[in-house]
Amino acid sequence: MSALLQLNQVTIRFGGLTAVSEVSGTVGQGELVGLIGPNGAGKTTVFNLVTGVYQPTSGTISFAGESLGRLRPFEITRRGIARTFQNIRLFPSLSVFDNVRVAFHLHLKHDAVHAVTRGPKFFGEETTLRERTRELLSIFNLERVQDEPARSLPYGDQRRLEIVRALATGPRLLLLDEPAAGMNPAEKVDLMRLIQFIQGKFKLAILLVEHDMKVVMGVCQRIHVLEYGRKIAEGTPAEIRSNPAVIGAYLGKDS
Amino acid sequence: MLPRSQIWLLAVLGAAAVMSAVSGRLNPYWLDVAMGVGINIILAVSLNLINGFTGQFSLGHAGFMAVGAYTSAMVTTVLGSRLGLSPVLLRWGLFPVSLVAGGLLAGLAGLAVGAPSLRLKGDYLAIVTLGFGEIIKVILQNLNAVGGARGLSGIPSYTNLFWTFTVAAVTVYVVWGLLNSTYGRGFLAVADDEVAAEAMGLNTTRYKINAFVVGSFFAGAAGGLYAHLKGYISPTGFDFNKSIEIVVMVILGGMGRHLGVIVAAILLTVVQEPLRKLGDWRMILYALLLIGLMLTRPQGLFVWPLKRRNA
Ligand SMILES: Nc1ncnc2c1ncn2[C@@H]1O[C@H](COP(=O)(O)OP(=O)(O)OP(=O)(O)O)[C@@H](O)[C@H]1O
Ligand SMILES: [Mg+2]
Repeated sequence: MSALLQLNQVTIRFGGLTAVSEVSGTVGQGELVGLIGPNGAGKTTVFNLVTGVYQPTSGTISFAGESLGRLRPFEITRRGIARTFQNIRLFPSLSVFDNVRVAFHLHLKHDAVHAVTRGPKFFGEETTLRERTRELLSIFNLERVQDEPARSLPYGDQRRLEIVRALATGPRLLLLDEPAAGMNPAEKVDLMRLIQFIQGKFKLAILLVEHDMKVVMGVCQRIHVLEYGRKIAEGTPAEIRSNPAVIGAYLGKDS
Repeated sequence: MLPRSQIWLLAVLGAAAVMSAVSGRLNPYWLDVAMGVGINIILAVSLNLINGFTGQFSLGHAGFMAVGAYTSAMVTTVLGSRLGLSPVLLRWGLFPVSLVAGGLLAGLAGLAVGAPSLRLKGDYLAIVTLGFGEIIKVILQNLNAVGGARGLSGIPSYTNLFWTFTVAAVTVYVVWGLLNSTYGRGFLAVADDEVAAEAMGLNTTRYKINAFVVGSFFAGAAGGLYAHLKGYISPTGFDFNKSIEIVVMVILGGMGRHLGVIVAAILLTVVQEPLRKLGDWRMILYALLLIGLMLTRPQGLFVWPLKRRNA
């Protein structure tokens, strides 16, 4: 199996701080991989590097065999990588429905001109998109609040809406940055089931950042561990659990 | 069967045609005010696309209006006398062509100003457009071909109710239509959160430039209407104060609201005439009004507790 996402000796420095240092690793087609590490280890920075928010100081990132260097974030999304944000970034004033609808945008055949001429093709496509939006929302049981502004949703629903919105872009790789943060244990279990479900349904590869070890060990096939920007371990949940470096760096402190 | 929005558009055009036909019987003062209202609706609605819906901050709308006004006036005065067209063809053929020409050149100016500055984040646009407005003024003041500081006079008065409200209706229709589409929700997404919008695959720079160019186009067309309404234009008529006037309409109407901004444009135009007696004090009044509004009703004057931007 050739890797879908491949990081090769990726480093980024912010002034004097090396946030990510010579990190290599892969995510395979359809694989659910965990990315863990203590606070400030560089997990979110890795996401920002993969999605083009930051450019690596050195090293390369490639997706489906293509280098992502110099691409802008929207171009990377168009190639099939979608993400959620650790500090929720919905479109707060847009309705729940529109948050998802707008993310379908990159599959649109119509553009500004059609929006103005408003011919039958335009309305046809809009109808299809509305149906697909509703379908996605219903998987996450969010269609009941579809007309509410996103900002008015409870925290857990906002996190779930971010996943729905990311799915609407039609990704092959989904990056989830602490999607269960702030949820209670029961909600976490539900969410992880849902994540496994969408992984199968949409044939997704998923890279998951999550602090709850039980959750990560429970769902991930493979796990990468970061500490101070360096990768200190990689392996199956069983291997990670018994890795002394990991126990020292992470499990010892955090759980 | 046409979509409802287009039926509305045609209805407004029909009404404008009828009103125009009987305009000879209307009080000339109010006729003038009505056309001023139409022009300000165009200006406010087009700026609303940029400042309201897309969340940018342009302070140079009057500059684009000037580009349109001068272009359109040059087309009708210079070309009009050379082509030897009949009066009917001048008013109903050359004039709309001149409006489109004014719009296109203003749109082009919008592209030239927006493309470099919209790539940057933050308030660069405000500063660059502010500078643009001033530069346009200075260029016009020194361009003898268009009358320099004396301005351009003898512009034929082709603007009537029909043309004014046709352009106004088209502006409202285009902005409304753009926004009410999956494509157009992208403008709102860009305004809400640029980082998230990019992450969802939206080319945020492209969106901002599109909003800016479309907005500038209609500001240019409004300029053309203005020139052929007043018969005389001068560089100082399109200064910073004029830009602020339009910004006030957009803020008063509630940034990013269709109806509120139209109502604000109507209201401010109607009260403007009596306020003109105040001279420079008018701008102070505007400033106070803005500050008061920002403190008490930042969402705009005419925003009822309706659900915002419903789907
Ligand atoms: N734009 C930036 N400028 C400067 N420093 C940054 C920037 N982004 C991240 N950092 C630093 O890089 C380091 C890694 O941060 P990052 O957010 O990637 O950690 P994390 O593993 O996601 O932590 P957490 O578990 O708290 O979310 C931190 O020290 C952070 O302060
Ligand atoms: Mg993080």
